Amino acid sequence: MPDSARNRHILVAAIGLLILFGLPVVVDLVTLLEISIYVVYAILGLSLGFIWGYGGILCFGQAAFFGLGAYTYAVTAINVGESTGPFLLAILLPLVFAALLGAMMFYGRISDVYMGVITLVVTLILFKFINSTANETWIVGKARLGGFNGIPAFPTLNVPGDPGALLDPEQFFYVAMVFLLLVYFGLHWLMTTRFGRVVVAIRENEVRAELLGYDIRLYKTAVFAIGGGIGGLAGALFANWGNFVSPGLFSLAQSATIIIWVIVGGLGTMIGPVVGAVLIQYITTLLGQQGVINNAFVLGGILVLFVLLLPKGLMPTLGQLLTRLRRAPRRPARRSAEQAEGGRDGH
Amino acid sequence: MATKGAVVLETRSLTMRFGGVVAVDNVDFELREGELRCLIGPNGAGKSTFFKCLTGQLLPTAGDVLIQDRSMLGEPPCRIAAAGIGVKTQTPSLFNGLTAREHIALAVERHHGRDTAAARIDEVIDRFNLGDLGRRLVGELAHGQRQRVEIAMVVAADPWLVLLDEPAAGMTHEEVDRMVALIHEINRNATMIIVEHDMQFIRMIGDQVTVFHQGAILIEDHVEVVLSDARVREVYLGA
Ligand SMILES: Nc1ncnc2c1ncn2[C@@H]1O[C@H](COP(=O)(O)OP(=O)(O)O)[C@@H](O)[C@H]1O
Ligand SMILES: [Mg+2]
Repeated sequence: MPDSARNRHILVAAIGLLILFGLPVVVDLVTLLEISIYVVYAILGLSLGFIWGYGGILCFGQAAFFGLGAYTYAVTAINVGESTGPFLLAILLPLVFAALLGAMMFYGRISDVYMGVITLVVTLILFKFINSTANETWIVGKARLGGFNGIPAFPTLNVPGDPGALLDPEQFFYVAMVFLLLVYFGLHWLMTTRFGRVVVAIRENEVRAELLGYDIRLYKTAVFAIGGGIGGLAGALFANWGNFVSPGLFSLAQSATIIIWVIVGGLGTMIGPVVGAVLIQYITTLLGQQGVINNAFVLGGILVLFVLLLPKGLMPTLGQLLTRLRRAPRRPARRSAEQAEGGRDGH
Repeated sequence: MATKGAVVLETRSLTMRFGGVVAVDNVDFELREGELRCLIGPNGAGKSTFFKCLTGQLLPTAGDVLIQDRSMLGEPPCRIAAAGIGVKTQTPSLFNGLTAREHIALAVERHHGRDTAAARIDEVIDRFNLGDLGRRLVGELAHGQRQRVEIAMVVAADPWLVLLDEPAAGMTHEEVDRMVALIHEINRNATMIIVEHDMQFIRMIGDQVTVFHQGAILIEDHVEVVLSDARVREVYLGA
């Protein structure tokens, strides 16, 4: 691992641990609960950041995995009355769903554009389907799907093995934050393995990777599945945060929002989608408290600004700036000396 | 190489059309074990297209490709490569975000276990003098160095059949000399096809030559015979 990468990991880990242990001490419970949702969104941002930025797969349907995770959790929790099994299933089901969808797309050798269309359509179908389940007949075991009304209440996270010991909001914050750190460093670790190296190779040059004997379809499917599982994890956490799930989770607006997080934060980095998610959701919350400008306009405006002015996103641009600043002290000195010389000769 | 082995690669009536263009036209081709075969012809003769049909990058319009008597038609490039075939495409292609060493690792690790891979990677790095370049991203390397990485990658995977499309393109004289020596060295352990349009280079390799013209095989013989053939001269001068 290059030194710069190690330093960056240490910095992120330090900030992460500081937030994990420090925040509950300094902010009140309401604020902590509000921050918890940013943490969940950060995980959701990472799920797309990995698929898109590392796998090179533009997915317009990340919300499908998010919604699937949330609903899987809600429905199963109602049925089994505790949280551990449902939580794991909420990761597993979107993972398997993504694996199947991915296998279909990648083994079918569908072009990038159609892949975008398919992920979009799948999300739309899930959204329409869930919306249409308001009728009494849509029941899974003990759980009513509820259609556009959503599912209003279900058992939330408990200490594994002890259904009576429900987590309080502070404990939920710890859980979400630990999952964020696990996902962040887990994905970084994954990229240092053989698997990760092949994934980068495929992103950089698909044909060459294939001519080395690597089955790119298999690797892309795996990346897609992992991203789907992480999206499901975010969904399960989201369901627990509000103790409420609704079809809006599957909406195209939700998918678009995730894409905006990744673009704003920086594609091809892990920290970018995290920062993008937190920043954009913070701005959205602030805007939500006023009624003057429509939220969608502001989000759209931010997206356009970034695409035009900071196409690489916040974090990569910031990184470049820092590198330049670090090198700066030597360069201006040399330049001023040259200028002085030029002045003497020229005039 | 005087004694040639069994036929290891064969095409039967291989044809590749792009719309109205017939890039490869009904080609029957045979390659025997241990051969060092040059595929030559003017630009646009269909060499690269023929090459891509062998590697699985293109699905031929008609005909068949057999490798060790097995039809490879419709197999993805990864399967063909995994059968022990090393490929260098005409356009330079590396992974810009990775170091030279990581390139070699990618080639080695597909078929080496964790325990033997590291030693093999070091061996290849040494053999191709990539030692000090190993840590650098390939995007920062000079053209000649990048080509060395490409060839090293091909060799690193221990292929028994090596297909190189224009391996000497854009090289300096010394680099070309070294490439010719390297090709002879690789040929000691592997059967080879070299696609090239530069006559000088072919002369230096000096073995069996197949001449492509307008998608079909014009003549197939030893390099000296081919180079003195009137039709070949005409094709090259006319192009
Ligand atoms: N992907 C493609 N689509 C359309 N035409 C192609 C394609 N690839 C090659 N051709 C055409 O096929 C012919 C043979 O090209 P190529 O195999 O690259 O020749 P060579 O490698 O001998 O220079 C040319 O006329 C070229 O324009
Ligand atoms: Mg060519």
